Amino acid sequence: MQVPAPVEYERATSVDDAIAKLERYGPEARLIAGGHSLIPMMKLRLARPEVLIDINDLTDLAYIKREGDELRIGAMARHRDLLESHVAFEYYPIFRDAEEVIADPVVRNRGTIGGSICQADPSEDLSAAFAAVKADMVIQSSSGERIVPNPEFHRGPYTTAVGDGEMLTEVRVAIRPGCGSAYEKVERRVGDWAVTAVGACIQLDGDTITEVGIGLAAVSAQHFRSAGAEDILRGGPATEEQFAAAAAAAAEGCNPSSDQRGPADYKRHLARVLTLRALRRATARARGQEA
Amino acid sequence: MTVTQEPETNPIGFGRMQRKEDARFVRGQGNYIDDIVLPGMLHGAILRSPYAHARIKSIDTTAAEAHPKVKAVITGALLETLGLAWIPSLSADVVAVLATDKVRFQGQEVAFVVAEDRYSARDALELIDVDYEPLPAVVDAKRSLDPDAPIIRDDIEGKTNNHIFDWDAGNKEETDAAFAKADVVVTEEMLYPRVHPAPMETCGQISDMNKVTGKLTIWCTTQAPHAHRTIYALVAGLPEHQIRVVSPDIGGGFGNKVGIYPGYVLTVVGSIVTGKPVKWVEDRSENLMSTSFARDYHMHGEIAATSEGKILALRTKTLADHGAFNNTAQPTKYPAGFFHIFTGSYDLEAAYCEVTGVYTNKAPGGVAYACSFRVTEASYLVERLVDCLADELKMDPAELRLKNFIQPEQFPYTCKTGWEYDSGDYPRAMRLAMDIAGYEQLRAEQVEKRARGELMGIGISFFTETVGAGPRKHMDILGLGMADGAEVRVHPTGKAVVRLSVQTQGQGHETTFAQIVAQELGIPPLDIDVVHGDTDNTPFGLGTYGSRSTPVSGAAVAIATRRVRDKARLIAATMLEVSPDDLEWEKGKWFVKGDPSTAKTIQEIALAAHGSMELPEGVEGHLDGSCVYDPPNLTYPFGAYICVVDIDPETLQVKVRRFIAVDDCGPRINPMIVEGQVHGGLADGVGMALMEVIAFDEDGNCLGGSFMDYLLPTSMECPSWELGETVTPSPHHPLGVKGVGESATVGSPAAIVNAVLDAIGVRHADMPLTSAQVWRATEGRPFRTDLAIE
Amino acid sequence: MQVTMTVNGKEVTRDVEPRLLLVHFIRDELGLTGTHWGCDTSNCGACVLWMDGEPVKSCTVLTPMAAGREIRTVEDLEQDGVLDPIQQGFVSQHGLQCGFCTPGMMMTCRHLLDHNPDPSEHEIRVAISGQICRCTGYENIVRSVRWAAEHTTSEEVSA
Repeated sequence: MQVPAPVEYERATSVDDAIAKLERYGPEARLIAGGHSLIPMMKLRLARPEVLIDINDLTDLAYIKREGDELRIGAMARHRDLLESHVAFEYYPIFRDAEEVIADPVVRNRGTIGGSICQADPSEDLSAAFAAVKADMVIQSSSGERIVPNPEFHRGPYTTAVGDGEMLTEVRVAIRPGCGSAYEKVERRVGDWAVTAVGACIQLDGDTITEVGIGLAAVSAQHFRSAGAEDILRGGPATEEQFAAAAAAAAEGCNPSSDQRGPADYKRHLARVLTLRALRRATARARGQEA
Repeated sequence: MTVTQEPETNPIGFGRMQRKEDARFVRGQGNYIDDIVLPGMLHGAILRSPYAHARIKSIDTTAAEAHPKVKAVITGALLETLGLAWIPSLSADVVAVLATDKVRFQGQEVAFVVAEDRYSARDALELIDVDYEPLPAVVDAKRSLDPDAPIIRDDIEGKTNNHIFDWDAGNKEETDAAFAKADVVVTEEMLYPRVHPAPMETCGQISDMNKVTGKLTIWCTTQAPHAHRTIYALVAGLPEHQIRVVSPDIGGGFGNKVGIYPGYVLTVVGSIVTGKPVKWVEDRSENLMSTSFARDYHMHGEIAATSEGKILALRTKTLADHGAFNNTAQPTKYPAGFFHIFTGSYDLEAAYCEVTGVYTNKAPGGVAYACSFRVTEASYLVERLVDCLADELKMDPAELRLKNFIQPEQFPYTCKTGWEYDSGDYPRAMRLAMDIAGYEQLRAEQVEKRARGELMGIGISFFTETVGAGPRKHMDILGLGMADGAEVRVHPTGKAVVRLSVQTQGQGHETTFAQIVAQELGIPPLDIDVVHGDTDNTPFGLGTYGSRSTPVSGAAVAIATRRVRDKARLIAATMLEVSPDDLEWEKGKWFVKGDPSTAKTIQEIALAAHGSMELPEGVEGHLDGSCVYDPPNLTYPFGAYICVVDIDPETLQVKVRRFIAVDDCGPRINPMIVEGQVHGGLADGVGMALMEVIAFDEDGNCLGGSFMDYLLPTSMECPSWELGETVTPSPHHPLGVKGVGESATVGSPAAIVNAVLDAIGVRHADMPLTSAQVWRATEGRPFRTDLAIE
Repeated sequence: MQVTMTVNGKEVTRDVEPRLLLVHFIRDELGLTGTHWGCDTSNCGACVLWMDGEPVKSCTVLTPMAAGREIRTVEDLEQDGVLDPIQQGFVSQHGLQCGFCTPGMMMTCRHLLDHNPDPSEHEIRVAISGQICRCTGYENIVRSVRWAAEHTTSEEVSA
């Protein structure tokens, strides 16, 4: 069996402690939470951190709660927590949609929300879901807290705005009245990464779309997002024609590459089909027509 | 769902019963290769080639040897001094144990580190410096014979191309004539892509050379312990009586654990070099990238018929990709295995099969994954071609099959490529499957759905296998005839032991073979110990693969047990003071004809056989019997499979809604186990048809080297299987049984592919039918699934 | 480094390298070989055991990460010589063939039944969807779990 290279291990007792340890050990230190992204990379020896800082004891970051007009998801919430969260589902069913198709139940018991989005795999589902709902990322360092709006969080494949000595602590999503959201994914097999996946979030005022977010995974959409499709829909009517135009724009605006999950043309086709489906379902939910 | 079917417990003979072996497995007390720990045991790890084709300019092991926990670093140069750098393959070729001159596939073995623990062994691999000179690679079998293709096997003197063999079966002229007169000829190019058996437990071995006694003890994940021992004796010159091969519990085999892999040999060398036991267990990538793959057949298939749908002839010209070494495990006379049973279940006028084998820069192997020596490829080819013909003729595929089946009264039936089918009733099995499926209603539903733009498909596959290899005059592996031994001994108190040459990897031998003895002797199965997997304690035989355990060893056990019964009769006659001719057998006792109360039970006879009673003339004491069974023919299990799929019309994702499998494997010794075998094979079919493939990019990089890339079906892709059975005994097998281990793996892929193509109205697209491939097929642009997707 | 955890109700302490995978700690250090491993990428589920009451893939946990936590393995299912209903179910319904995936499957399914005593076929299939079985086609695993759901009191089986 493949095994990691030698590594030092420390356990953080608090966020401040974790950050202090990150500062002490420098860029060769990595935080480890669920470990389901990092440990396989370490076994392949593609990742060779010198020190692991275990943040699993930071259970005070394992919350999913409403605070004021925001849904707040702690970085240490596990996938299973988000899947089963009633408060998250109440405002953003997109998260349950996405969590149902992320990895498998046993992996979801361990994998964390923060770990997934910090891994920033181009096929990662929550990154697309958070792009759709325009989440803000809370990043903490010894000099305090900063909030990075979603589009700026992702800097490219496997790269985020989280810098040396910093830690993602929370994801915040504004709760918007008249909002509906949904996530659609095609995978080769249950538990696989997306061939293509699309999340949509629609805010309606009557039949008018006042705000919209469309997030795409696995198709090299800039910042996991289709700004072009959003622009078509924003301020217009929630109609099939508009959805079709937005879906076409989402497909046109992404930049999928061929790999063993599928050829680029199929992924682009899916970007259109899944955008359309996600928009329809999000709209139905916004109208209270579907759970 | 509610569980209603409770297995009957402990029948004395055939019938449902819980497995004897499960008591340890459910307690976590199985004893698999990596569970075994010996005192002082060291751990091996293999450095593998990152290149598909490269010359090795130098290997520097200095730093690895300096690692404080490393005990030995073995390279090809060292093996050359021992004459072990190359070993004979199972198919008249050689295989490199460690590369000396070049590497010929990505993942090939280059060096072996032996260290105190497995982590250190892995660490030391990174300290070995190999200087490679990369060479152009050829991974596309269709290009391997091009004049400018790189020559892979320049180690073979005078080799100027990548050709391995040309082989044919059937009658070319008669087949050409049948095609010439046919109203309809349908031709199709089909790829059965490279897949991998991927048992949940990877391959591994522990070798322990005792320098004092000279005895080499090997614990190995092998389906064929006796064959391994003999091959070690022949290859390494070790005395055979000083080698003991033990197969512990095996976590699935499916053909993956038949051959001898370089890693196994390296543990032997490692133990000789260090004087300690050495363990090596593959990681998953090693398993997928270097050990026996399956299939990789590029098949040009043709079917000829009259306009009324009478099939006249079949023809194929097939390119077989064997990888870098020809190391398929199959009977010597059959370089393409039993592929020429591509005549299937149909009464033909003629058939002709041509196969060309080629080298490519891919891992060697070729026969594995429950294929019955390439019956899988054959069955897929014919069952796809029949569907293509049905499409051409606008005929229902069930009707077309029923019209062309070999009829029950035609058995024994000699097919046009020479196989003698022993028995069958194909229409009965087909109609039963159609009844269970509700075939007519399904077709009606399909029409309705099509009108609504929904995609629903119904696929049929009717397979005939040839298993139980085989008659020794025709079949051997490396010169070892494919006969198997069995020994049965009844202890004084009436309990028994049966010793087998075959080796379970989950098939339930400890139960099934006890049931055979029970059936023949009337001793309860729980009173019968089944001993297998240890060359020091079992009779010689070639092991378990090709669905041969029950057809061959099952017969050996039945006959050995009948010999015990015959001997018991003589002893009972003496005990009862009657003539043996006056005795009649009823399960468990010999009794006097017409006087059932005057009887001796097998237990009483066993005690007498070991006691002081004077035995009749010519009868030795004790109660035992043995047999080496040389099968007179193979057995021909068959089955009718129907698959129903629903396909998302926009994403083209396939959902297997139903799968109906009617199997005829003759009488069922333990129906529960037989059903389990079928279930597992059907899941294999879902995997191969819809997701499993090992593709390579043009540089020879393996694109299926982990379970993230090589997808196996989960509980979510598998429907709840619907099974049925018919029973047509084999006339030549003492129990009438035919073998079932691979039936479903052989038969199911075509049913699923036929269903998908039926749904989308496309004549052909190659497996695996991922949603991407199905979408491309609907666009008229299916891709090559064996290469990198572009 | 020194690591202490509770395994099957007993506190154990060992000196280990921090990189040691939990599956190797359980198997090689403690000799509890009922927990298996089958891949390197957290896909197969042969290594599933419980950590603090939740099924986890022990190939993807470093041993020090389990320090102070409670581990439960397949060896703990049988209590006082009586098999757990899930074990009995697997025997009764032929839920295993080679037995390699079985411990992981049983640990996941025991957890499922503890939280959902009457799971549907679909719920069972979802629960085991991260674990591969190459032998059974899953049919009889589903039946085994249903059997266990229907036979909640332990009873000795013939096996």
